[in-house]
Amino acid sequence: MNWFKYAAPQRFYPLAGILVTWCSVLATLLAIVGLTIGLLIAPTDFQQGESYRIIFIHVPASWMSMVIFVAMAFWSAIGLAFNARLAFMLARALAPTGALMCFLALWTGALWGKPTWGAWWVWDARLTSELILLFLYIGYLALHSTIQDTRRADRAAGLLALVGVVNVPIIYFSVKWWNTLHQGASVSVSAAPRMASIMLIGMLIMAIAFWLYAIATALARTRILIREREAQSAWIDSLEEQT
Amino acid sequence: MNWNSVSEFIHMGGYGLYVWGSYAMVAAVMILEVWQLRSRARAQDAASLLTQDGENV
Repeated sequence: MNWFKYAAPQRFYPLAGILVTWCSVLATLLAIVGLTIGLLIAPTDFQQGESYRIIFIHVPASWMSMVIFVAMAFWSAIGLAFNARLAFMLARALAPTGALMCFLALWTGALWGKPTWGAWWVWDARLTSELILLFLYIGYLALHSTIQDTRRADRAAGLLALVGVVNVPIIYFSVKWWNTLHQGASVSVSAAPRMASIMLIGMLIMAIAFWLYAIATALARTRILIREREAQSAWIDSLEEQT
Repeated sequence: MNWNSVSEFIHMGGYGLYVWGSYAMVAAVMILEVWQLRSRARAQDAASLLTQDGENV
């Protein structure tokens, strides 16, 4: 199977439509299971009480805020290297979802921090670098919207994503490199998770649901961008007959 | 099941404001994003129908 054929926007458009439907359905189902485990089944944390239930959405949102930025940088790099229209559209489509995930990570973190640390916000390395990530998302979108010519906007904003991606490992390792108030990783590839298994299962299910949500929204936005940008081409006119 | 009553569930052991404040914001943001994407896609559908009608006439 030749995957490169989907690099053409007119072939990608219907494929993305199918993926949006499937990812939305799966995300909804997994969110129902994850929320049931997180809010109803998982026991009370012996240290944090019920406030820990915020992590079932805080951790997935934080992970996605980083993953989406890496994906944005990746598609920007592909776009810059091969001058691929679709890659730039994917990068641009990911940005708003990533920015929202970043905002949600900060918001849920503040609501967790207040009862746990006694402060909504501290200038801790983890929190500060995550705030910088939000500014990078906003910067990407602002830069893109300031430049009239779409191709130049893609390139300039793509460069910003490539430079800004250096912040992601800083966020990830901040809890190791510096003494942070933010706790270390509860789940990592190198060590056994430091969580009760039912809590871990709930959190991982929510993380997969967030992944699928992000894929669905990013692809739905890509479809909108394809129709906007390819409006002058003939294949767009034939869409009505297909759908 | 950890909860004996609905009010206990809503109270969240005294952390209700923080827990539900988090979940409500996540739900609000996701509902808004999906709604915004849907309305943009519908507007595009409507616009392309209009131009096609124009061409037919």
